[in-house]
Amino acid sequence: MKNCEYQQIDPQALPTPTPTPPPHHGNDRDEKEQPRRPRRKWEVFPGKNRFFCQGRIIVARQSGVLPLTLGLILVTSGLFFIFDCPFLVRHLTSCIPVVGGVLFIFVVITLLQTSFTDPGILPRATPDEAADIEKQIDNTGNTSYRPPPRTKEVLINQQVVKLKYCFTCKMFRPPRTSHCSLCDNCVERFDHHCPWVGNCVGKRNYRFFYTFIVSLSFLTAFIFGCVTTHLALRAQGGKGLVFALQESPGSAVELVICFFSVWSILGLSGFHTYLVASNLTTNEDIKGSWSGKSGEDVTNPYSHRNIFVNCCSVLCGPMPPSLIDRRGFLPTDESAQTGSADIEVPALAAKSEINVVGGSSQLTIGLQEPFSHAPTPSQLPPNLFLNLTEALLLAVALTQSAAWC
Amino acid sequence: MAETHSLQDLQQPAVSSKVFIQRDYSSGTICKFQTKFPSELESRIGKQPFEETIQTLNNLYAEAEKLGGKSYLEGCLACLTAYTIFLCMETHYEKVLKKIARYIKDQNEKVYAPRGLLLTDPIERGLRVVEITIFEDRSIGSGR
Repeated sequence: MKNCEYQQIDPQALPTPTPTPPPHHGNDRDEKEQPRRPRRKWEVFPGKNRFFCQGRIIVARQSGVLPLTLGLILVTSGLFFIFDCPFLVRHLTSCIPVVGGVLFIFVVITLLQTSFTDPGILPRATPDEAADIEKQIDNTGNTSYRPPPRTKEVLINQQVVKLKYCFTCKMFRPPRTSHCSLCDNCVERFDHHCPWVGNCVGKRNYRFFYTFIVSLSFLTAFIFGCVTTHLALRAQGGKGLVFALQESPGSAVELVICFFSVWSILGLSGFHTYLVASNLTTNEDIKGSWSGKSGEDVTNPYSHRNIFVNCCSVLCGPMPPSLIDRRGFLPTDESAQTGSADIEVPALAAKSEINVVGGSSQLTIGLQEPFSHAPTPSQLPPNLFLNLTEALLLAVALTQSAAWC
Repeated sequence: MAETHSLQDLQQPAVSSKVFIQRDYSSGTICKFQTKFPSELESRIGKQPFEETIQTLNNLYAEAEKLGGKSYLEGCLACLTAYTIFLCMETHYEKVLKKIARYIKDQNEKVYAPRGLLLTDPIERGLRVVEITIFEDRSIGSGR
């Protein structure tokens, strides 16, 4: 009687994989295939993000047009320094490349920071938390078979705000938080997902984004002005614009790029300055959350009613920490909870295992999103090699996902 | 069967349940937890020590997120350096988080562990909840 209970305490004593519950089976295979190395949390992160430099850099899975943005900025600035600066230094002042250089550095640094910083991703609820919330929701007497979208009302500064339940992250979203479908994460103070920077813009990187677009509008306007001056100076004396363009072909490229982008970037800067001054997000502005369109007397409960204070709080406020702790180590006893996501890692070990683990990893993704992606046998890859243990895994996973539904 | 459990007890106390203290959004998006005393803890700890802990945590988070001269100075300096100082300097918020971690460890040792409870630092739960783990109340002397 005593012997059968202690398999849980000491899984290392098991010589071969036996039909034991999945987390322990995962641990066995982990220890057999590769020496147990402590894994970091970014390796099992459930959202659609990519990580570089051992979790220090985070980007969205689709980098959008970030390479294009960076390329345009580098090309335009490069042409400016090569073609326009020498002429303008000779004829005007040597401050021009200095100012241009400072603006360029600002733009590139803030762009990279916007793209590579965690925008304020909220980690998903642990299974215990999710169960607790479900229990509380059930207690409020909802008896229909398919419950309606779950909302909770809170009073913020005498304003009623509805908090929605996020089915993916299994929690009630804090105010101003929105779930980005591209990144598959709930982001605090969600502004928008910007394809130009290839990342969401949220609480933690809004100030970088704002500095980026403001400095970019200054840079674009500055280059546009300098190129126009350069061409005007060259075309003096009746030589004509065509002659000037022939002498400095790079300037033509810059002119075109700057002319088309300055209006939209200036417009965007102006729009975001308005948002900062009224402590609004793009998301709220688009939805008209606080504009009183529905006839109710609604005001923005987050505004400090003072433009200066609003600006300071958004741009100069304390920098919140990253909540997802990318470089933290997974505690070994909790690695069973984070799922069967652990089963993905031993896929590197042997080729024969990869098909099996590939199937399991599809199951694990299904486990985390039961409402939208319940796994069915038809979704499993055709080359899935089902032996006794994997059949057991499949049965357990399907039972668990059915329980979540 | 009772002997088996008490042997496990000496290695690792069994978790009976977990209580989650949710966030209080009445003052906006600042980090603040509800001070309402959960009924599951009634048998373990008094209302007063619990409320004191939560209130102290709320005050510490308010200190971290305070908009004042110091935070504005830090923000302006960061803006002027294109936010590169964040790479080398520890922010005020991070300093207060360390203070909070020390406070929670201290509270666990002094107040909660003797009552078979364990506070989890909210930062490990994404600042969503204060998780209090309730361990099974088994008298230690009944082992073997």
